[in-house]
Amino acid sequence: MAEFTLPQNSKVRPGKTHAAPTGAKRTKKFKVYRWNPDDKKNPQVDIYEVDLDSCGPMILDGLIKIKNEIDSTLTFRRSCREGVCGSCAMNIDGTNTLACTKAIGNVKGDVKVYPLPHLPVVKDLVPNLNTFYAQYKSIKPWLQSESPPPPDRERKQSPDERKKLDGLWECILCASCSTSCPSYWWNGERYLGPAILLQAYRFLVDSRDEATGERLDNLEDPFRLYRCHTILNCTKTCPKGLNPAKAIAEIKKMMVERQV
Amino acid sequence: MADINRPLSPHLQVYRPQITSILSIIHRATGFFLAVGTLLLAWWVISAGAGPAAYSSFDWFIDGWIGRLALLGFTFSLFYHLCNGIRHLFWDIGAGFELASVSATGWLVLIVSSGLTLLSWIVGYVMRGAL
Repeated sequence: MAEFTLPQNSKVRPGKTHAAPTGAKRTKKFKVYRWNPDDKKNPQVDIYEVDLDSCGPMILDGLIKIKNEIDSTLTFRRSCREGVCGSCAMNIDGTNTLACTKAIGNVKGDVKVYPLPHLPVVKDLVPNLNTFYAQYKSIKPWLQSESPPPPDRERKQSPDERKKLDGLWECILCASCSTSCPSYWWNGERYLGPAILLQAYRFLVDSRDEATGERLDNLEDPFRLYRCHTILNCTKTCPKGLNPAKAIAEIKKMMVERQV
Repeated sequence: MADINRPLSPHLQVYRPQITSILSIIHRATGFFLAVGTLLLAWWVISAGAGPAAYSSFDWFIDGWIGRLALLGFTFSLFYHLCNGIRHLFWDIGAGFELASVSATGWLVLIVSSGLTLLSWIVGYVMRGAL
């Protein structure tokens, strides 16, 4: 059952304010969600005034600057800083995206930074993605085939067959789309969510995969696939410009097509 | 790790409302109003069949401002649910998923359903001779 309000222990309170260094001319306020498992308090929003003249252009640059110069306890995931690893996915200015590819200049007003929505918080901006990864595992994200490969070469794919994977293989599993989906918020334990379903479709349309039937059987369920109500928050928020909603629609079509 | 009472990260509280989610929740709400409105419709038909005395109590309700407001809501719900339902049919065949079309068809649904609501009310008032 959907719970629209936050549990008592999750309600967010106002936190500390760290003023800009004296002499800073161009500043931006970062309002950042903080929660520390050790001090047994509710989450809070701390405000950091960042001097933009000595800061890189992206939200991630701002967060790293805060961690380096203002508050070393701030915790977040990051790695590649160029939108290919998916580690720094978070809720920025009200929508989910990658902190490394979102420009500070594109945020009007204060920069509000929260962890990905409706997940258990490990610390600060780090959410627990265990369920998400378990769901990924459940769709068997690898090529399955009965027939042996040709002895002297790889399994071939025509350019047209390969083209079907475009818009799918680029997904970096950052979980921005899944955690933007209200349906995934309310039924995240049973509904697979847009990211995992896009991955499922990536293997369903691969010409080299021979487990299409079993894959569809596994998705034929009132919750796993059909909790998608075409809200489209997923496609709207994908930082890679992919279209999970379209992939889900294609799976639904395959379900119908195999029955006629 | 397991014994820690972890907070749930904010969701509805922080997620920016947008055309995708707003139109979707309106679709749900109008579906609900249609179900409730069908009761109103049933009341109308039953009271008409039951005779003048029963009908006059329905007439008193529907002619008052609460009745008219309910009817206005029902009319909009009907047209919105119809138009957005057609949008859903296109999605069901895999069409119209590009962000530009999602936004364009979304606005179209809002404009057309509001227009049809207005039109049917104008027609209704003209037929009553009130306009």
